[in-house]
Amino acid sequence: MFQASRRDFIKIASLGAGGLLAGPQLWADSDPLYERYGIKKIPTYCEVCFWKCAGWVHFDKSGKPYKIVGNKADPLCNGRFCPRGTAGLGMYTDPDRLKVPLIRTVRDGKQTYKEATWPQAIDYIASKMRKIIDEHGAESLALFNHGAGGKHFGRLFKALGSGNIAAPSYAQCRGPREVAFHSTFGAGVNSPENTDIKNAKCLVLIGSHLGENMHNAQVQEMSTLIDKKACIIAVDPRLSTVASKSNFWLPIKPATDMALLLAWIHVLIHENIYDKPYVERHTFGFEDLKSHVREMTPEWAASITGLKADQIRETAWEMAKASPAVIVHPGRHVTWYGDDTQRIRAVAILNALLGSWGRKGGFYFPAKAKIPSYPHPGYPKPKWTWKDTLNGRYTMTGSAVTNAIIDASHPDNTTDKKIKGWFVVGTNLIHTIPDQKRTIEALNNQELVVVVDTMPMEITGYADVVLPECTYLERFDDLRNSQFREATIAVRMPVAKPKYLSKPASWMVRKLSKKFGLQNHFDYYDYGEILDWQLRQVGSSLEKVRKKGLINYPRSEKAMYMDEASPMGFHTATGKIELYSFAMEDEGYDPMPVYTPHPEPPDGYYRLNYGRAPMHTFSRTANNAHLNQLMSTNNIWVSPSVAKKWNLKDGTEVWLKNQDGKVSSFPAEIRLTERMGNDSVYMVHGFGHSEKRLTKSYGKGICDTELMTKVMIDPIMGGTGMRGNFVTFQLTPPNTIET
Amino acid sequence: MEEIIVIGKSNPGVYPVLDVWGWEISVYLFLGGAAAGTLFFAAIGYLLGKEDALPMSVKNAIHFVPPALLVGLFLLFLDLHHKLNVWRLYTSFSLESPMSWGAWTLLVITPLSILWWLSYHYSMVPRWKRSERWLRKISNWSVRNRKILAWMILLTSVVLGVYTGILLSAFNARPLWNSSILGVLFFVSGLSVSAALIQWLSASKFETALFRKFDLGLIGLEIFLIIHLFMGLLSGSAVQIQAAGLFLGGPFTLSFWLMVFTLGLIVPAIAEVLEMFGTRVNKLVVPLLIIFGGLMLRIIIVNAGQVSSF
Amino acid sequence: MRYAMAIDTKKCIGCADCVLACNMENQIPEGFTRSWVVEMAKGEYPDTMLEFRSERCNHCENAPCVRCCPTGASFTTEGGIVLVDESKCIGCAACVESCPYDARFMHPDGYADKCTFCYHLVSEGQNPACVDVCPTKCIYFGDLDDADSEISKIVETRKSKVLLPEAGTNPHIFYLT
Ligand SMILES: Nc1nc2c(c(=O)[nH]1)N[C@H]1C(S)=C(S)[C@@H](COP(=O)(O)OP(=O)(O)OC[C@H]3O[C@@H](n4cnc5c(=O)[nH]c(N)nc54)[C@H](O)[C@@H]3O)O[C@H]1N2
Ligand SMILES: Nc1nc2c(c(=O)[nH]1)N[C@H]1C(S)=C(S)[C@@H](COP(=O)(O)OP(=O)(O)OC[C@H]3O[C@@H](n4cnc5c(=O)[nH]c(N)nc54)[C@H](O)[C@@H]3O)O[C@H]1N2
Ligand code: SF4
Ligand code: SF4
Ligand code: SF4
Ligand code: SF4
Ligand code: SF4
Ligand SMILES: [Mo]
Repeated sequence: MFQASRRDFIKIASLGAGGLLAGPQLWADSDPLYERYGIKKIPTYCEVCFWKCAGWVHFDKSGKPYKIVGNKADPLCNGRFCPRGTAGLGMYTDPDRLKVPLIRTVRDGKQTYKEATWPQAIDYIASKMRKIIDEHGAESLALFNHGAGGKHFGRLFKALGSGNIAAPSYAQCRGPREVAFHSTFGAGVNSPENTDIKNAKCLVLIGSHLGENMHNAQVQEMSTLIDKKACIIAVDPRLSTVASKSNFWLPIKPATDMALLLAWIHVLIHENIYDKPYVERHTFGFEDLKSHVREMTPEWAASITGLKADQIRETAWEMAKASPAVIVHPGRHVTWYGDDTQRIRAVAILNALLGSWGRKGGFYFPAKAKIPSYPHPGYPKPKWTWKDTLNGRYTMTGSAVTNAIIDASHPDNTTDKKIKGWFVVGTNLIHTIPDQKRTIEALNNQELVVVVDTMPMEITGYADVVLPECTYLERFDDLRNSQFREATIAVRMPVAKPKYLSKPASWMVRKLSKKFGLQNHFDYYDYGEILDWQLRQVGSSLEKVRKKGLINYPRSEKAMYMDEASPMGFHTATGKIELYSFAMEDEGYDPMPVYTPHPEPPDGYYRLNYGRAPMHTFSRTANNAHLNQLMSTNNIWVSPSVAKKWNLKDGTEVWLKNQDGKVSSFPAEIRLTERMGNDSVYMVHGFGHSEKRLTKSYGKGICDTELMTKVMIDPIMGGTGMRGNFVTFQLTPPNTIET
Repeated sequence: MEEIIVIGKSNPGVYPVLDVWGWEISVYLFLGGAAAGTLFFAAIGYLLGKEDALPMSVKNAIHFVPPALLVGLFLLFLDLHHKLNVWRLYTSFSLESPMSWGAWTLLVITPLSILWWLSYHYSMVPRWKRSERWLRKISNWSVRNRKILAWMILLTSVVLGVYTGILLSAFNARPLWNSSILGVLFFVSGLSVSAALIQWLSASKFETALFRKFDLGLIGLEIFLIIHLFMGLLSGSAVQIQAAGLFLGGPFTLSFWLMVFTLGLIVPAIAEVLEMFGTRVNKLVVPLLIIFGGLMLRIIIVNAGQVSSF
Repeated sequence: MRYAMAIDTKKCIGCADCVLACNMENQIPEGFTRSWVVEMAKGEYPDTMLEFRSERCNHCENAPCVRCCPTGASFTTEGGIVLVDESKCIGCAACVESCPYDARFMHPDGYADKCTFCYHLVSEGQNPACVDVCPTKCIYFGDLDDADSEISKIVETRKSKVLLPEAGTNPHIFYLT
């Protein structure tokens, strides 16, 4: 058995290649419906990102799945998958997939993995968990998850009595905007965002690089705006794809958006072009706001943002002209500079002044289906959770904060509430959470680390046990119940038997639950039974949904928007839209957003900017053969004048070094482009894999996360601001310079 | 600054660099050109009644021709990606396809060249074969009908020689190739290779001297054509100017001007002039350089043409 | 009947979804593609112009690839779609050389391959795969001879260009600008 206080990152190139455990499969696979019915297509919903588009997997004549296309009845995709979803089969066919359970062991004084059978792996995990539970309680276990597999493990954790369940989609992503919209409108934006883009007359994007960010229906609707010649305003220091298609591109100086937002508020109020009846009727704190922004003129903002005052004024007027069919988009990945909740508060306030919340072409009221959950014996209440380790920090967070759980897992946690064991399901924490060193220190402080993944990602190198999950194409998962203009229920069915010895998470938790006498929580042989039960409660069945892939609940337009005739209550302290936030004030934060300057790059350094490429999702798709063929690495975008200064040519290989001396593990090529200004460099997140078992993507490009040693934490909700890092160029590999 | 990025295009042999046609095609064109030149000299020598004065050109150089044509055909076959379908070449004839012209021309000219060879060298056929009656009949027929044969060979050899250039120049898509001069240039180059061979191998002083003169004239013509080729390109469209640039400072500059122009044309021409004025030059120098130059001309033009694009 | 495509560069975001959908639908072997995307940036920051174009065989009216084919394997079928008959193709690659757009390649199985306008779908009344996947709906496909078709109207009313008009091929993919 493995006993060590330090987890070496195990890099083994050829693990599991030849030595696949043969022998009898211990439990039967879920029976692929394709074979059972001899049908030509099977419904699923996509797991390549979290938009969860519903689609069909088609089979060729030999019965092999060969393409995935969107389900036309799904309003989230309208029959069109994005590039990543279209390439989804590549996740299933990837030869580098995790194939067998692996257990960390010491061989010849070196840490390595040995292949294990499922019963061995489950026994091993259960005994380690038992020890942690006996010594510290189930509260000391934490689950990091993202995606469908995490739902199954979430149920196991709740049944065990742990409340430490967090996803990076909050504190590394959209957390600040949810808090900001909640404190303003008493409701979050959630996912998919309730932005009524297709009906908007004006769409304002701050960052939000739709078209590179491929969240499906949003991109589709943005494109209809181009057809309709609606006004698009893009605020981005980089000429993003959508900026190039916009009517107004505001090439803002990075980190100064707050000034622009406040100036826009100023213009709306002081030039009297806000939605007066709406503001009078529905908002609270208008007069405070009015005096708050009195001095925040476009001229003031121009001096900070590098934009032209006229342009700031003109765009504010454009928004007012379109009001209320105008969306100042709340963004999604908004953890930028640590004052993100406040920045998005300013966005929310702008929307309130424009009267767009609850109005056609603004923000609609979304609908969601009511699906009963499968009866279970109930969950014990944890004695403590990660929240009790905060010591007064992040008081307004509405969801679990990954990095706070990391803090609670770290040796420097001084409270008596310590986290001792991690499950990591479907999130590559090493590439996902900034300040990698701290994550690794916390990992090393655990008595058990279990990673459930489909691929040998970096995080698996830190696990004690690696469990190979089958891909979304080989399993049942929970029904998709997404909010949207209308409610829909979509189903995911296995289209093929799990490859190798991989298993669905639903199966893993059922096996584990038995070890803790919790099998009543997982009363199924195959998760499809649960789906069938749930679908029957809503008057359908698995068999019926198999034919359509989806249940639609059409809804009248009236229900989507505010009823102007009857009174409207908001779930805020005042029952109104809070331009002035009591909740914020009560917690000791600014009740109205304030501009604070952020640090600037030192001489010779450039702000590290990053974003999405339309054909990749984070770090998970770099090894997908189809997507890798389109883009196999990232490159470093620099402006021609920066390049000239450093004598860099298009294609020059560079390493990047950040303000703390951290040098990237791998080099990437320079892309000389007029899409960039002179104060920053840009790269696509998700490359620079350091795990050799990822044969297509190992060593290709630079990992932005590596260079994020500085984290600008949002005090309000714990979000990890990632855009305060500065880099410079280095023409030699790291080890030749350092030491 | 203008930036052009191509996303997702990855087709081996086509993109990022077009090189579906390799050395096989270049050598095929070279062999075809040399064979055409040799056949041309044979036919014309015969028709002018110089059978005895020019023994090498009319009678003996033919030894090389059928093998060259067969090797060429084999190389063309080698270059096909779908060899099992090769017979499809002969179930259709496409008027606009140089490939088709070439295939049919070779189908005609190869037997003609064999007949020509038989008409002079029947005695070289192995003894046991000679007894076959049909072979003897054919041989007799070809001896009797040399005149018809010569006319047919004259015609088809010009077609073949010009074809080796037209095959390329028909491609509008490759600006470097897209010049009508290429057909003449390749034909002249084929004649020059053949002339060099003849002056090397001929035992007759007269023939050697005559073909030295011919060759000098042909080299002069080639130089003239090359200059015209570039002048044509340089006065053409932007893409043609760009194509010419491949040789005027571009990646093919050194190889072309050194190997084709200097070593393949200028040096042998100087050697021939020296010989004319009585200086003895090693017999191998001229033919080897000319053959080398002729081969390089095709290799470089085939490669550079594929690089040149719109 | 004259099939054609119009691609709206105002909407195309260069996401290459069309490329992937084509690869999947037509089972293109790994490492090859029938379509691709061009990104062009001009000017000087912040006055930079950006254009994305999804490209493929242009199904030229005056198709050099058809003319140069020695066996008739490359041919133009009804509706102006340029196709390759695999069973007639000898793999001489002349057509590959002849295409000014470098739209063809040699399939590992030995024949010349390229965009077929998804003839197998179009002949069944469906749209090509790339048309149906495009998230911005920027690819229009249809019959130019039918004055009432969406494509006729859009080509009629919008400004458009074709690629390499100077090559004289008379392409049938129009880029709306
Ligand atoms: N293809 C693809 N699409 C995706 C994803 C993916 O992985 N791949 N992930 C999905 C997820 S989970 C999320 S959260 C979203 C994220 O996508 P978004 O929410 O759109 O992310 P942002 O960080 O807003 O967008 C990055 C843009 O912000 C700009 N930017 C950088 N600094 C500043 C600044 O100081 N001010 C302003 N105004 N702009 C700045 C960058 O230049 C870049 O264009 O994408 C979603 N869609
Ligand atoms: N530096 C940097 N950090 C970021 C961001 C950034 O832009 N830059 N973006 C942030 C944002 S917005 C977000 S939402 C997060 C996203 O963070 P993550 O969700 O962690 O993103 P990925 O890197 O794609 O990691 C997903 C992991 O899930 C695995 N996986 C995929 N499918 C399955 C499955 O079916 N089952 C199981 N068990 N595992 C699966 C993948 O192999 C991979 O290891 O990252 C955040 N962190
Ligand atoms: S947006 Fe794309 S990757 Fe995300 S779920 Fe939809 S198809 Fe899949
Ligand atoms: S799918 Fe559409 S938007 Fe994307 S690159 Fe192709 S044509 Fe352009
Ligand atoms: S684009 Fe190329 S392959 Fe297509 S028809 Fe035109 S010339 Fe032929
Ligand atoms: S490769 Fe095939 S299709 Fe192309 S020209 Fe040759 S025979 Fe015709
Ligand atoms: S029309 Fe069909 S074959 Fe042509 S690019 Fe589109 S998907 Fe590919
Ligand atoms: Mo995110």
